[in-house]
Amino acid sequence: MSATSSTIVNLPDQRTATLPKKNYINAEDGILSWLLTADHKRIGILYLITITFFFLIGGIFAGLIRLELLTPQPDLVASDTYNKLFTLHGIVMIFLFLVPSVPATLGNFLIPIMIGAKDLAFPKINLLSWYLAVIGGSFTLATMVLGGVDTGWTFTTPLSTHYLNTHVVTAGLGVFILGFSSIFTGLNIIVTVHRLRAPGMTWFRMPLFVWAHYAASIMMVLGTPVLAIAITLVALERTLHIGVFDPALGGDPLLFQHLFWFYSHPAVYIMILPGFGVISEVISTFSRKRVFGYTAVAFSSVAIAVFGFLVWEHHMFIMGVSNYSALVFSLLTMLVAVPSAIKIFNWSFTLQKGSITFETPMMYALAFIGLFTIGGLTGIFLGSLGMDVHLTETYFIVAHFHYVMVGGMLMAYLAGLHFWWPKMTGRMYPEAVSKLSAVVSFIGFNLTFMPQFILGYLGMPRRYHAYPAEFQVLNVLSTAGATVLGVGFLMPAIYLVWSLKYGKIAGNNPWQATGLEWQIQSPPLTENFVESPVIDYEAYDYEWLAHKTEQEVTTVG
Amino acid sequence: MDNTIVATHDTHAEEHHHSLPQLRHHFETEQQQREAGTFGMWLFLLTEIMFFGGLFFAYLLYRNWYNPAFVAASNQLSIPMGTVNTAILISSGFFMALGVWAAEVRKQGLLVLFLLLTTLFGCLFLGVKYFEYKEKWEKHHIPGANFDISEFVNPPLNPTTHKPIEEPLSPDMAKKTQVFFSLYFVMTGMHALHMIIGIVLLGWLTWRANRGEFTEGYVAPIENFGLYWHFVDIVWIFLFPLLYLINRHPGT
Amino acid sequence: MSSQYHDPANVNNPEHAEHHIVGPGTYIAIYVTLLVFTGITVGAAFIDLGVLNPIIAVGIACIKATIVILFFMHVIYQSKLIKMTVGAGFFTFLILLTMTLTDYISRAWGRW
Repeated sequence: MSATSSTIVNLPDQRTATLPKKNYINAEDGILSWLLTADHKRIGILYLITITFFFLIGGIFAGLIRLELLTPQPDLVASDTYNKLFTLHGIVMIFLFLVPSVPATLGNFLIPIMIGAKDLAFPKINLLSWYLAVIGGSFTLATMVLGGVDTGWTFTTPLSTHYLNTHVVTAGLGVFILGFSSIFTGLNIIVTVHRLRAPGMTWFRMPLFVWAHYAASIMMVLGTPVLAIAITLVALERTLHIGVFDPALGGDPLLFQHLFWFYSHPAVYIMILPGFGVISEVISTFSRKRVFGYTAVAFSSVAIAVFGFLVWEHHMFIMGVSNYSALVFSLLTMLVAVPSAIKIFNWSFTLQKGSITFETPMMYALAFIGLFTIGGLTGIFLGSLGMDVHLTETYFIVAHFHYVMVGGMLMAYLAGLHFWWPKMTGRMYPEAVSKLSAVVSFIGFNLTFMPQFILGYLGMPRRYHAYPAEFQVLNVLSTAGATVLGVGFLMPAIYLVWSLKYGKIAGNNPWQATGLEWQIQSPPLTENFVESPVIDYEAYDYEWLAHKTEQEVTTVG
Repeated sequence: MDNTIVATHDTHAEEHHHSLPQLRHHFETEQQQREAGTFGMWLFLLTEIMFFGGLFFAYLLYRNWYNPAFVAASNQLSIPMGTVNTAILISSGFFMALGVWAAEVRKQGLLVLFLLLTTLFGCLFLGVKYFEYKEKWEKHHIPGANFDISEFVNPPLNPTTHKPIEEPLSPDMAKKTQVFFSLYFVMTGMHALHMIIGIVLLGWLTWRANRGEFTEGYVAPIENFGLYWHFVDIVWIFLFPLLYLINRHPGT
Repeated sequence: MSSQYHDPANVNNPEHAEHHIVGPGTYIAIYVTLLVFTGITVGAAFIDLGVLNPIIAVGIACIKATIVILFFMHVIYQSKLIKMTVGAGFFTFLILLTMTLTDYISRAWGRW
């Protein structure tokens, strides 16, 4: 394959190619062999199915929200119902989709292979983590069936403890259990990276995907339990009427906010860091270059994990916290922008003078870079004290975090899913239609959320189901965009399933990528490797790959 | 198809003369598996540190805000019971540590004995806790609708000196004793919950130890459970002075 | 050449430590120490030392906890990785403590 052609895709001859006879998918048969599996790849697939289901549910809630906001009048749903819609949208999307999205599916599937291990360190705990996710998800579903919860995903006290009569405890229990699921995933990844690297796989030979997951896992392990205790106290306050957050008894509601955001700010990085990891892999592969400043990108992940714990109070600037402390946190918030910027700059330099090709994963990755930069820079607005007072609790903040979470994380997730789909299933997705879906998602996304920046700046508050008539034009644009975005997300769901049967046979290394996962068969064996690999090359070493291919041609041919 | 990067020249599998049946396929050596287990357990304990950490911060905050209420409410707790319980829990941890040793030197009988002693002292701790909770119930010191602050506003008189045994609190401050008792019950309750989970696990481990599972060289479950049990001890080591010993020299 | 890489237990690595069996003698010594410190902490609570009272109580608790961590939990014989992990846990707790206190201390200067 010459590097000058417009594509790097290198598929085996379709007339003769077949899927490998033995692989992890057909190693065992029957539903029980999946439900009781300890294979990290199968658990990754189970997670993939689970979060796709919950993404659909969260998406339906989002659609209903946008539909209600089509007109200024409260005509589709009552205000209580609307509160439940955005609460459940938040809970489902954050705890059931974004937090497990990349780490539990792609991370689970790929990290052991990328570092040359046969499995994660604790396969049974990995399975337990999936079951906890399912149980936590069931509690969330139960909340919906029982009549919903309307606290907002933040469970703000004293609203959640004293003023609402919805199913706060059920939803809280669900979040608590999902937290444990996330802790176990993180714990497993950390131990695996420390303990199961193959001979020769030094820290600085690891793909940046692994570094990003390592940093995110540290935050999962250290942050999530603080959320657990905060939610536990809310539940105890509702059921047993203890007085830790209750101002009537002398408690401080702001203490809940401190504990909640001590997790939930790092949670933002838990969600986005694995996405960074995906982007590093994709950008490198499709520009045929080593990631520029590998060490800087690796350490910026760790730096985000550290700084991420020092900035949570910027969610509380208007809640009556001390001005002096707000100043400190505002400055620290500026600091956390630095490692994110390092990543963006380094990816841009990777692209520079690279042999860039535009396959679907690359298109999603480029969308990510643009959209995440907008999301990140508007975060600077919100981190500065003066602007925050004006913009917080408006649609500006809604647009900001959707740019980071949907424009950033979801694009990265789709980039990764397309990129590793051939490895996971052995078959290619259809290229033309998937490129179209990437473009549709990008257009739909911007149409949905760009107007919300303007709406927020003009002062439209979030969390209301009615609004003044002068905001309607922008809201209609946003709802129209949401429809396009919905189509953009529905398309991959359809063609990826289609490709399971009709996709082209992908072969071992369709992208000619350097990662260890691309040097084994697709789909991989249950044991991943026939023999333990020994790594004697740096990450993203395309010359090594060319050399290896050359040798194979001379020895085999 | 070549599935490897570079084939290893010599497989080291032959070097392990005896490998444990519990050695899982994705670890190369027992050593590696054991260290991975210990590391994983410690990461889990980090989550416990942060879980209790949130409670300890709440304690720090309210103790500074409502110091007189915390002093008065703390003096309601029984020092003898608290001290005895501390000693009981330390003993339980001591036997757990000996259990790890017994497993490592492969003495099955001793291991089972030490695990039973650990369980016994753990149950004793919970028993004492039960009597402490019961007393709070009778005095209406459980937070909630029946919480009674009269004892803090009008402390009982000392029979010999006919002076209040405690500095009387203003009704406003006396209400804040409820914050103390909320934290007291949540913190000791969470601790007790961890003890109960531990005792259940101990029962299971004892049963397995009795079948000789941990005295053939595979001690990881005993070792890692030991870490958990000692961590629960450590939580109590902090809870005891913070809850029981705030200010035990009234009148000065 | 593969042996140079082949280091499954990371034997040449700071993440590895030789396994060490602690004998009952050490445990008994630690046990007695812990009981003695429990006695001291109860005794100290009955003496009025002003602001030093809580400092001593927490100080003794820290000493006891450290002894338990180092000996009962074998951290003193463990690899640097485990030692750092334990340290990281307490360090993050201290971040939670100090960073939240920046708010509470300065919300009303002097009335804290």
